Formats: sequence, structure tokens, C-alpha cells
Amino acid sequence: MAYQDEITHMRRDELEALQLERLKKAVVYCYENIAFYKENFDAVGFDPYALASFADLEKAPFTTKQDMRDAYPYDLFAVPKEDVIEIHMSSGTTGVATVSGYTAHDIEVWGDCFARGIGYAGGGPEDICHVCYGYGLFTGGLGAHYGGLKAECMTIPMSAGNTKRQIKVLDTMGSSIICCTPSYAMYIADTAIEMGLDPARDFKLKAGIHGAEAWSNQFRENLEQKLGYKALDVYGLTEIMGPGVAMECLEQDGLHVAEDHFLVEVLDPETHEPVPDGEWGELVITTLDKEATPVIRYRTKDITRILPGECKCGRTHRRIDRLHGRTDDMMIIRGVNVFPSQIENVASTFPEIADWYQIELTRENALDVATLKIEVNPDFPIDEIRRIEDLQKRLSTALRDELATSIKVQIVEPYTIKRSEGKAVRIVDLRDDADK
Amino acid sequence: MIDQLTVFLGNQKGRLTALCDAMGRADIQMYALTVADTSDYGIVRIICDKPDAAKEALAEEGFQAAIARVVAVQVPDVPGGCAQVFDVLDQADVNVEYAYCFTSSVGAATLALKTDADVRERLEQSGFRILHPEDIYAS
Repeated sequence: MAYQDEITHMRRDELEALQLERLKKAVVYCYENIAFYKENFDAVGFDPYALASFADLEKAPFTTKQDMRDAYPYDLFAVPKEDVIEIHMSSGTTGVATVSGYTAHDIEVWGDCFARGIGYAGGGPEDICHVCYGYGLFTGGLGAHYGGLKAECMTIPMSAGNTKRQIKVLDTMGSSIICCTPSYAMYIADTAIEMGLDPARDFKLKAGIHGAEAWSNQFRENLEQKLGYKALDVYGLTEIMGPGVAMECLEQDGLHVAEDHFLVEVLDPETHEPVPDGEWGELVITTLDKEATPVIRYRTKDITRILPGECKCGRTHRRIDRLHGRTDDMMIIRGVNVFPSQIENVASTFPEIADWYQIELTRENALDVATLKIEVNPDFPIDEIRRIEDLQKRLSTALRDELATSIKVQIVEPYTIKRSEGKAVRIVDLRDDADK
Repeated sequence: MIDQLTVFLGNQKGRLTALCDAMGRADIQMYALTVADTSDYGIVRIICDKPDAAKEALAEEGFQAAIARVVAVQVPDVPGGCAQVFDVLDQADVNVEYAYCFTSSVGAATLALKTDADVRERLEQSGFRILHPEDIYAS
């Protein structure tokens, strides 16, 4: 039995009845307790008391990141401060931070959701859960931590950084499940290999739960090969809760949404109309039973799709596909929409290339220029300029075929691309602000 | 054949200094250094006394370094000396990837050659002297 199997295997009709019942309460709860929702619902004539079906929710207005910034710090709280026991904030790198509050119930739910993911990874009380997401305002560290506690794992709160110490613990304490960003997992693996270890053999990892950034299937395969484990994706965001909103099972075929707590919609980002299951669009999330900072129809800007059909694992909660990117990350290069994940997918089919890359955007003579900076593997025959040029040519042809726009390929020295302990910096935009 | 050290350098100020500095700290004696440059990067080719140790020392400092094997042939110390060597390669229909000259302890000019076929025997048959590591490294 894995954690909360009875919930993750609920019959669909029962689950949907539960969702609808909670949704009805949630819209009324927001309307009655948060001025923002009262004003917004009234402005468009959405009557929360009349909601009778999921389709009725489509009449409700969206909540955006900007709404959350405008509400800083407490305007979206539905409960008095004495009922709030924890606070998290988004990084605020693109503006004012957004604040998420948690009651004791919300923290329980969060732990439950992440603990299910540990169960999806085949983990439980016999496991050692090594958490090297950053602890702090970022939800990664504590979300994984609460999940570890709920799943009754021996939980090691490593936090991010001090990679040598991470490796020492992995090598000597038998950590079996590691929670961190995929790029940090790669950094740990590469550093361990440089130190002369074979992490696939020396570490006791069976699974990794990796989120907070988009990563390609090839990157996943490389991780799995280097670390000898199953690398699983986790989705979450501070505005909704944190990691655990959706988590991947060992089938590695999409992430099961914790549907008893979250209602997901996938919408066309332009028209805001729902797209059919299987089609890509922007993920919109409504919290069904969050108490401190509930959210109705939050526009995540994350691009994904609902995977139709049932998962082989037998769990009934529907799955979203691994993120295609964010509407924010989308680059417009000479009028063509490009996601970094598309570039990574192409680059990762070239075995000559190391796992680190960066896309630099510049503007020359009023034209966007995208330069993909890559490092080649140590055994690449650098003595032959022909081979270097050939690699550049093949890669830029493959990129042009895939993206329908041209990307310059530049090979750089090892370690030129900064290794990250948190989210990898994949795009450096050097265009003037006026150009973007 | 001679083990040549090849290093990939980004086109950035100070990289050549950093490279030579690292070589010096690793106590590597260089006999020849040549740079092939493109707009984005340079390929530095070096003949030195301890190529393997040099490669290791450079890799530790984050340089992308590799060992390539090149032919070193002694060039007649007269006008047209190099032409005589290349003439033999032409006759044999061998392509030269790159070549550069340096002087070594044998006195006369030495030509380092990277070709698409093994040319040592043919050069020797034509009367040229192929140099071995000990010819170059002897001080």
C-alpha cells in the first residue's frame, strides 16, 4: 500500500462528485471572505451560489500573477492571521513577490500531496528522503520535507548547495529518494563523477523527484544513466501550494494531478477557451479546499495538456503532460515562437554535446539573433576544426528544421555556462528592453 | 609520431595568458605554439615535453584539451626546403589538415604535419628524417 492509495485510486464518479462539492464551497468561500473575489465575481456577473456544474466555472474570472502582486502582502487571505501558520513567497525576480499562506489544514494537504508522489516513486517508511531543494521562502524544500514526513521516510533536510557534502551523504548514508531540481541532480552527478565516484553504483538512489524547471526526456535519460535511478517529474507553484500539485508515477507518462484538492483546466492562451484533452494550452488551476489563500482559476502560464485515457499504474487522477514551457519563457525570434525546451530537445539528440547549454538573445541590425551556447564532451576531437564546424552545421540545420527559424550555434569552453544549484538559467536576453 | 597538445579556447581576452600560465605552473616546457583562429574560438596546438601531464593539468583547470598525433619531419635548411616535403605528399595524394614549422634541438627547421594518411614511410623513402619525441625533447 502506498500513501493514500484509497484517494489516488478513487472511482472517477466519486472523485468528480467530491470535486464538484468542494468547488461549490470554494467559490462561495472566496466570495464571502476575500474582497478581491467579491469585486471580480460581481463585475462579470458570476454568481458563486448558482454554480451547479464544472462548466459553470468557465463564467468565473481568472486570477493572474499580477492580481497576486497587487494584493501583496495579505489582501488575498481568507482567514485571520492567527489561523495562518506558514508563509511562502515566490522569488519575485520579475517583480513584487507573491505571498501564499497556509493554515494547519493547508500544510497537512501539502504534505499529503507530496507524500503521494513519494508513493508514486515506490517510496515509503523504509526510504531515506534526501531533500536538496532550497529550504526557505521557496516552496521546494519544505514541500518535499513535509511529504517526506507524511510518507514516514527518514527525511534529511540537506537544502541546496554544499555539493561535496551532498555527495558525502548520498555516498555514505544510503539516501534512496532525492528531491531537487533536475539541473542540480545533474550537477551532483557530474561532480560525483569528477570526484572519481560512480553514482549509479556508489549511491543507493532508487528515485528522484525533480521539478521547478522544464527538462527534456534526453536530460532525464542522462540523469537516470548517471545516477542509476528513476527520475520523476513534479509540478507545483507557490501561488497554488508548492510542489505536489501534480506528480509523476513510475510509468513516466504524465503527472497525476491531486484532483481531490485541485481542479485543472487547459485553455487556449489567446482565446481562453478550453481545448480538448490531448491538446496543448495554458494550465489554469482552482484550489478546491485551500483555506488561507484559496485561488479561483489561476492562470499559471505553464503550457501542458491533459493526457487522455487511464494510466497503466491504475491511479484514477488525471494526468497532465510534462511542461512544454511557460508562456513567459516563450521567445519570439524573428516572429517565430520558440520554447527553450524545443531547443533542448534538438540539442539533446547530439551525443557530442554536454548537458549544459544556454540561449543568448541579442539584436543585430534590428534582427533578433539567438545563439545557442553549448559545451562539447571532453572526448570530442577538438583538434579537427572540420569536425567542430561540422557539428555546428548539423546542429543548426536540425534546429532550423525543428523551429523554422535560425539559431546560431557557438561552442564554448568547459564551465563557461554557469552551473546552477537552483533553477538553471537557460536564457540570457541581451536585447534592449524596448526590443522585447 | 609526436604527441601534440591541442586546446580549445573561447575568443576571450586573457585565455591565452591563462593557458600559458597553467602550463608554466604545471612545469611544462613548450617548444612550439600555434593558434588557428575562427571568429568564435581558437585552436591552440602545442609541442611540449610532457603532453599527457599537460593535458591532465589543463583539464583540472577546466580547459578542453586533447592529445593529437602529428608527424614531425626535419626540413632541409635551404630555400624551397618545405616545398620538397609537400611535394612528396602531393605525389602521394595526401591531404594536409594543418602544418606548422618550429625549430628544435636538431638545429634545422622541423615541420609538424597532420595529414589524412600515414606519410612517414613515404617521407623516409624520399630521404627526409622523421623526428621522434627524444629528438625534440632533448635539451
